[in-house]
Amino acid sequence: MSKDAILGAIRRGLKRGKLPADQAAMLDGRLATHPRHLIPARSRIPRAEQIALFIRNVEKEFGTVERIPDLSAVPAAVTDYLAAHNLPPRIVVAPHPELQGIDWSSRPMLERETRRAQDGDLTSVQHAWAGVAETGTLFFPSDPARPATLNLLPDNEIIVLRASAILGAYEEAWDRLRAERKDPLSGGFMPRNLMLVTGPSRSADIEQTLELGAHGPRRLHVLLVEDEPAPRHGSPAEHRAEAGVQPGEPAPPGD
Amino acid sequence: MVQVTSPAFKQNAHRALQDAGLQKALGKAKGAFLQRRAAAVAALPEFERLRDIGRDIKNHTLANLDHYLEVYAANVEKAGGKVHWCSTAEDARRAVLQICRNAGAKTVTKGKSMISEEIGVNDYLEAQGITPVETDLGEYIIQLRKEHPSHIIAPAFHLNREDWEADFRRAHTDLDPNRIFHERRDILTEARSRLRQKFLAADVGITGANFLIAETGSSVIVTNEGNGDLTQTLPRVHIVLASIEKMVPTLEDATNMLRLLARSATGQDFSVYTTFSTGIRREGDLDGPEEYHVILLDNGRSNMIGTEFQEMLRCIRCAACMNHCPVYGAVGGHAYGWVYPGPMGSVLTPSLVGVEKTGHLPNASTFCGKCESVCPVKIPLPKLMRHWREREFERHLTPATIRTNLGLWAWFAKRPSAYRLATRLGIGALSLLARAPWKKNRGAFRRLPLAGGWTQGRDLPAPEPGGTFMARYAKARRQRRT
Repeated sequence: MSKDAILGAIRRGLKRGKLPADQAAMLDGRLATHPRHLIPARSRIPRAEQIALFIRNVEKEFGTVERIPDLSAVPAAVTDYLAAHNLPPRIVVAPHPELQGIDWSSRPMLERETRRAQDGDLTSVQHAWAGVAETGTLFFPSDPARPATLNLLPDNEIIVLRASAILGAYEEAWDRLRAERKDPLSGGFMPRNLMLVTGPSRSADIEQTLELGAHGPRRLHVLLVEDEPAPRHGSPAEHRAEAGVQPGEPAPPGD
Repeated sequence: MVQVTSPAFKQNAHRALQDAGLQKALGKAKGAFLQRRAAAVAALPEFERLRDIGRDIKNHTLANLDHYLEVYAANVEKAGGKVHWCSTAEDARRAVLQICRNAGAKTVTKGKSMISEEIGVNDYLEAQGITPVETDLGEYIIQLRKEHPSHIIAPAFHLNREDWEADFRRAHTDLDPNRIFHERRDILTEARSRLRQKFLAADVGITGANFLIAETGSSVIVTNEGNGDLTQTLPRVHIVLASIEKMVPTLEDATNMLRLLARSATGQDFSVYTTFSTGIRREGDLDGPEEYHVILLDNGRSNMIGTEFQEMLRCIRCAACMNHCPVYGAVGGHAYGWVYPGPMGSVLTPSLVGVEKTGHLPNASTFCGKCESVCPVKIPLPKLMRHWREREFERHLTPATIRTNLGLWAWFAKRPSAYRLATRLGIGALSLLARAPWKKNRGAFRRLPLAGGWTQGRDLPAPEPGGTFMARYAKARRQRRT
């Protein structure tokens, strides 16, 4: 059998047989304690600065961020965003309790459907489980309330994220995931699909020149619900100047 | 498996140097990768230490690979997935075909995977009546052109915009043949709408894996386009192609590698989509595959463990080595003649397909050492290439003239006094000859006997009078003492 052949060849190379029980237990201990390595200092900063860093990094990667006072401000913010980008007032909303609890009646012209995404959907409203300040990365663990297709098929993705869900480094998200989530199938904590999203889709495959909107969303807009106080950040223009390559400019391609 | 044309490296390289289109593409691309990587690294003061940690994580994993593979496989199965252990490319192709047949698949979408190239799964599926569709933008045009990638993260590195436009007009015949591509964006938009239909129609999605995580039984892919995610989310069946050395123990270990990967590859802090897949669609989920298969491929890697080439198995396929390589920069990826080009390919390819066919590759290096200096997991690539040269020599694969001359050189090198005498005579003679009264071009040689290959491209500057370095050094020391 191939499995035995592969494991046998590895053990021959390592000049030993199957690991003795004590050594195997040591490795299993490492898996159970999953020690952290070096965490870059950039996200080890006071809380308010962490939130500002998150915003700066989302904008550096061509996403946009709007701060709103609470969830009741979502309908107005969504409607205004669609109007500003000349998009039809039609959204697909994730079946997440926080989004479903919103009173949309103030915006009767906004057509809403609650489901996974389909081809032809222009705008989704998705719920982010966490944001990581280190790189402006959004975490989307899949579950019935958070279909992965909402991150992929629509041209525009609007994301609702609580400021209190912004973490400094990825490692904090792993610990939160381990503590909070229980997967009914595996008994572990990992969902079927965990997407870490940093900005809108892009490609630089054509002459190493960056273009946004390759297969996924062309625009990524974060509605940041200020459920904890944080200082205001600088203007988007300032942050853009920090960003390296702009769309239409030469950039190394990505796979 | 992709046909190996590495034995013809010299001809390939010669052709590449004469290829105006290729040279134009290489010229344009040069610099972009280097500057972006340098900027990303400069912005992270801890980068150097992260490299050391990355090396140590991979070394630890390789030293216990059998154990971690077993833990990983058990966790995949707990999440409803299936692991197919495959010793050879043929095993892997057959396993993929069987899964596709069981799914009644007509079309298969594919995310970018170098393992897919290594096992040649596209041609195999096509021969069995199943249509594979590459969905990474670069891979898509490569497939239209019936070529192979020339770079491990930028498959269409060798193409210019004109090539894209011509190929799209040729392939997308249902569209207006006189349409104008005003900008690169128009090319992208055409590919996007074309491939969107393929994503929706596919029965099976095949992706690679950048990492496998033992702790959770997850496979990780890293993309910027989102094509890998559409490939693994929309079809009913998801197949992951991964080789055994993609293993890392925990999420924390994977995190350290991810901090290195995008910065080394594209100079991004983090790729747009970093996605962890763990098993099948859960109850109540509105999307995701109902079947999840991992093709766990060995294909010669286990034989590298315990040899001097084990260090190569740390490679995370970022392509920094080829981006910084003067040889790759001059000839591009196709000249290397197999799946993996550049310095990492020059070490890996002989390991996987044999040094008999690929002996030119570890010789196609200036040993400038840039590859090792940028490698995120500190693989000593020049040292490993040197090991291949040694093996070639031991196995008498090196041409006779080189062997004879190396033997001659070794005889002198082991006898310092003979070496110094010979160099003194040689240099003295050259110095005199160069300044001979009948010579037009004094101070340099246009041609030299036995060194035609060298003087074909440049003149040899004549040695200055005053003897060898050793002679001058000894003289200077004597003078200092007095």
